[in-house]
Amino acid sequence: MFDVEKIRADFPALKQLINEQPLVYLDSAATTQKPQAVIAATEQFYARNNANVHRGRHTLSEQATLAYEQARATVAAFFNITANELVWTKGATEAINLVTNGLSEQLDNQSTIVISALEHHANIVPWQQLAKRTGATLLTLPLQQNGRFNVEQCVNFIEQHKPTVLAITHASNALGNITPLETILHAAKLQHTITLVDGAQAALHLQPNLQQLGCDFYVFSAHKMLGPTGLGGLYGRYERLNSLAVYQTGGEMIETVTLTETTFRQAPAKFESGTPNIAAVIAFSAAIKYLVSLDKTNVYTHEQAIFNYAVEKLQLIDGITIYSDINNNIGTLCFNYKDEHPFDIATLLDGYGVAVRSGHHCAQPLMQHLGINGSVRASFAFYNNHKDVDLFIAALQECIALLD
Amino acid sequence: MIKTFKEIAFSIENAPAWQQKYREIMLLGKQLPPMPGVLKTDSALVPGCESKVWIYLDFDLEENTLVIVGDSDTRIVKGLLAIVLALYNGLTPEQVIKTDALAEFSRLGLIQHLSPSRGNGIKAMVERIQSMAADRSL
Repeated sequence: MFDVEKIRADFPALKQLINEQPLVYLDSAATTQKPQAVIAATEQFYARNNANVHRGRHTLSEQATLAYEQARATVAAFFNITANELVWTKGATEAINLVTNGLSEQLDNQSTIVISALEHHANIVPWQQLAKRTGATLLTLPLQQNGRFNVEQCVNFIEQHKPTVLAITHASNALGNITPLETILHAAKLQHTITLVDGAQAALHLQPNLQQLGCDFYVFSAHKMLGPTGLGGLYGRYERLNSLAVYQTGGEMIETVTLTETTFRQAPAKFESGTPNIAAVIAFSAAIKYLVSLDKTNVYTHEQAIFNYAVEKLQLIDGITIYSDINNNIGTLCFNYKDEHPFDIATLLDGYGVAVRSGHHCAQPLMQHLGINGSVRASFAFYNNHKDVDLFIAALQECIALLD
Repeated sequence: MIKTFKEIAFSIENAPAWQQKYREIMLLGKQLPPMPGVLKTDSALVPGCESKVWIYLDFDLEENTLVIVGDSDTRIVKGLLAIVLALYNGLTPEQVIKTDALAEFSRLGLIQHLSPSRGNGIKAMVERIQSMAADRSL
């Protein structure tokens, strides 16, 4: 049984007033709120267990190393991968940069990189830079006018261009639309394409089994999955991962160092230079344990119910245009009201304690594709309830009355 | 008729609720004289995150005063811009330097709009006006 009120009680930040009104937090796509378990794990680490990892024979250091490596195993199990296929990074953006940098020597001017217009800037710009460095051709997967993929078109495109690399999002950060990955990744595999999936938005909502998904690389961001900021992860199929050139060099990632020569360790260690974000890794494993303690199916069903309820209510308001695919979505509603500027709507909503995002959502090519300058984005997570939707809709109607 | 800053301050300070305050601000934006298209150049665009804000600054040599024209594509920022314009238009450089927009916005309960996170360009706009005044007063 999924008791949303009980779950809300686990998130201290949800219990506050903003501008004298109860907070309605609809910006989980930007970052999720944190359960008490994550806050407690962070505090516990700094208050009692703080020590550096992978060095020092003293008790605290041994304990910290153990907790740190156990956390890697916990998160790896969540994604159904092995622990040595998981690299800690400072975020999904760094994880993508690690791959694009690591591929520099494997690509040349005969290579083709395919991305899509649905991507967050973080999954566009590093590939543009890689194409510039190597002379590779950068192409975009066909996207329909409404911001959805036609699977057949995508498969044909992949068969025609036989890309060296395909980088694609699991779900759009701006629209919430879920990518039909299964068929697309299968088509890419047939062409021996290296595949990277940007899971920053989707991982919390879809909780993917990465072995089953079958991509070579998958990136995620801890703070969008109930965890702390400053941490992300890269999954890489081991041979693929280990074949990447080193990213940043320094301590921790080395085997032996002389003043002229250095040999590197094997993945994942060779990509983790310097002291890692130990507290964040440990706190993130608390986040994953918390998430796993809630039944995956119940979480998904509840999120979809809240999303559908919001869609239904929003559609009743005259003058609203919804850009999201409402039938295939992780719970993100991207919309505009007539030709009002999203900035004005978001600013006024804040007066009612409703937190939404406005703007281009770091997806300018997608906004150009949709022919808009920006939008309002209300993004839901499993801790939102029906009352949040009611308060949001009531506030939106008040804002519209102020604008009209 | 363009309101003086005093008149604006009076109606905003006496707004019974925040909604009324915003209504007043958006109304000020509506009443702002249109900015000629030729003045909306790239260099007039204030680098902001979300809203587009143009500001054109000139100096009236005869009167020794600042002339400011501006526009924005959002209603709220345009209204805030109207307040900034009412505050600074027609002042001598020395007067501009002595006029603290931050303090005035704070008095009107609009300080959150000058915080850097808002990305609405208001803060950048005030900085641009102040730096022009500083150049002129030398």
